[in-house]
Amino acid sequence: MRLDIVIAGVGGQGNVLASRILARAAMEVGLPVRTSEVIGMAQREGAVMSQVRMGAGDYSALIPNGQADVLLGLELAETVRAVTKLKKGAVVIANSATIYPVSVSLGFSSYHPEQLTAFLKERTDSLYLFDATSLANQAGTYKATNMVMLGALSVLDLLPYSADHLRAVMEDVIPPRLREMNLTAFALGRQAVGGA
Amino acid sequence: MKKLLMGNEAIAYGALEAGVQVVTGYPGTPSSEIFTTLASLAKERGFYAEWSVNEKVALEVAAGAAYAGARAMVTMKQVGLNVAADPLMTLAYIGVKGGLVLAVADDPGPHSSQNEQDTRKFAQFAKLPVLDPADPREAKEMAREAFRLSEELGLPVILRPTTRTCHVCQDVEVVDKTLPSRGHTGFQKGPEWVIFPSLAAQRHIWLNQQQEKAREMLETSPFNTVSPGTGRQGIIAGGVAYHYVKEALALLGLNLPVLKIGTPYPLPVNLVLRFLDQLDRVLVVEEQEPVLEDQLIKLVWQHRRPLVVKGKYNHLVPREGELDTDKVKGILAKFLRIDLPPEEAMSQPPLPVRPPVLCAGCPHRASFYVFKQAAAGSDAIFTGDIGCYTLGNMAPLHAVDTCLCMGASITIGSGLQLAEKERRVIAFLGDSTFFHTGLPGLINAVHNGSKITVVVLDNRTTAMTGHQSHPGLNRNAAGEPVQPLDIAKLAEACGVPLVKVVDPLDYQAALAAAREALEFNGVSLVVMRKECVALVKERKAPRTIDAAKCIHCGLCIEELGCPAISRGEQGPVIGATCTGCDLCRQICPCEAITEGGVIR
Repeated sequence: MRLDIVIAGVGGQGNVLASRILARAAMEVGLPVRTSEVIGMAQREGAVMSQVRMGAGDYSALIPNGQADVLLGLELAETVRAVTKLKKGAVVIANSATIYPVSVSLGFSSYHPEQLTAFLKERTDSLYLFDATSLANQAGTYKATNMVMLGALSVLDLLPYSADHLRAVMEDVIPPRLREMNLTAFALGRQAVGGA
Repeated sequence: MKKLLMGNEAIAYGALEAGVQVVTGYPGTPSSEIFTTLASLAKERGFYAEWSVNEKVALEVAAGAAYAGARAMVTMKQVGLNVAADPLMTLAYIGVKGGLVLAVADDPGPHSSQNEQDTRKFAQFAKLPVLDPADPREAKEMAREAFRLSEELGLPVILRPTTRTCHVCQDVEVVDKTLPSRGHTGFQKGPEWVIFPSLAAQRHIWLNQQQEKAREMLETSPFNTVSPGTGRQGIIAGGVAYHYVKEALALLGLNLPVLKIGTPYPLPVNLVLRFLDQLDRVLVVEEQEPVLEDQLIKLVWQHRRPLVVKGKYNHLVPREGELDTDKVKGILAKFLRIDLPPEEAMSQPPLPVRPPVLCAGCPHRASFYVFKQAAAGSDAIFTGDIGCYTLGNMAPLHAVDTCLCMGASITIGSGLQLAEKERRVIAFLGDSTFFHTGLPGLINAVHNGSKITVVVLDNRTTAMTGHQSHPGLNRNAAGEPVQPLDIAKLAEACGVPLVKVVDPLDYQAALAAAREALEFNGVSLVVMRKECVALVKERKAPRTIDAAKCIHCGLCIEELGCPAISRGEQGPVIGATCTGCDLCRQICPCEAITEGGVIR
């Protein structure tokens, strides 16, 4: 089984953690896996993209354009930026919440959420768009947006493993004091796309 | 057992499996996690690991251990090898007893480097074997094998991963247990350790002979493999490019023979010649410099092979930047004269630009702002250095006018001041950078009567590369307590007549210190001491803006460029990422910013 997942967001949103959890879960069911992430402190607040490739054997960790099966978008504009990675029929799970970069506050560039939302609706075949940041806040912190997205992904019958398996890996990776909050975020993400 | 490992972690496990005894290094993206992984295991596995002051120091410490027969690894990024070049070039003549492996990470792109230099070229220049891993699994195997190769040849060996090996993860089989201690032979005194010119003359002959011996050993290396294919056109791929070639061929539905080269220097020429036997045309796909291609062209000429070689010299393969599968697909199509269907053009709506910025609450923002205020109205030049704070170059701070290499803020500043006698020069560098190569520049400035102000952005860590220790801290790489070196006292001991230490987030005090330093006629130094916001455990509540008091002057947004502050419909808004650093409150002209947010 092969599955290529792109995770797009803003540095500091927990992009790396999300891709590591997805990858470790794949490794534990015996699939060869590769990930690519943008690492480093100085990526804070910058556009970042992680890539997870399950079952890709001899290929690089970088997904070619037009080949990704799934896009997890942690931030609206970053989701749009990553659309070129998607193949026809790919599933997009996207956070409708926005993070305005300093460049917008300073007037060097602009951010038009309605235009971006319209583009996503028109140009993607299977879109789940909801305010994941609000759900994360509901769980206790905006920082759990990544877990909301993983929860949503776990409902859609795309992963080569069960939601329980993904949740178990997540629980193992997250420090105990943050576990409850992240589990709640995961559960809220599931509900957001109609899961239990 | 299998682990999901980043390439850098895999290299660390390879060194562990080789029984590494001494590990040194200086942090630098994309190499840093090789060392941090090893440092985290050093105590329980019983080996030694130190963050050294800089790469030259690191290499010499590792070499000393290898002189005594210990296995040593030294880690750095590509530009770090420039700092270590002096010991490296002669160490190749002296040689080593214990295996010595330099893990030097290259950064084509570049993603987080000041240049795209190719360490394979450096290896050729130093006459040392170099291994070029395609992925984390191979990186681990190469790290282990590099020690054996080093000992058999008596030469340091370079392991050169690139960003896409360092920072990608793969499921990797590891031996996750403590291996029996290797022991070492000890240092035996003799003339072979003292590089007099007469010894250099002899050893140069030996070093040149070792090139041939290394080539023979690498002819049968498992890191060079042939994937059979059909037809009389083939591909030679180096390092990470191998995976791009494999996927691009699959996407094009082609089955060409591919020779993967993991040992770019010395090139296993007999293996390459055998591969060429079946071919009329060959394409060389490698990132950065034409290291394989140059050697191949030479080989084809020497052996009078009637072969067409394509690659960088006919501009098929770029010499700059990174490759990826999409680029390689295009290159293959051109090489094979295949017409690809035109890319479906996707017209995206305009997207906001989103470069990395200084974090919300970063004390560097305050330091830059303070000095900009103190120097306001003058034509001061702000020289910069390598670290998170290079981001101070960007709008709205515009407080980094130059950046060249580690430690150059002070020295470039001294030079500028010689030619620009009427302008104030303010040199910014971080605490770790100060120890790395800043200190000689400071001594030079004092000795030669430079008139500059040095600002040490002392955030109590090496932040950009992931929070490593340095000599100014009370913990070393292994987490053991050590005596910290005091930057202010060091500056005083170097003869700097005016030294100030201040908290940059105490705006008025910092401004007063900055003004005093700028007024001083000679070398002045201000230590802006405040812990990196990413290390602060205790969160303060975000500030809030009282809309009734805000006069919409825009100062907080337009002067600071803090990512936690954005424009709302009713004026500026402070978001949840605010750390309560309080800088904006202190500069707000109408006291509209207050405490009172909620910690999330």
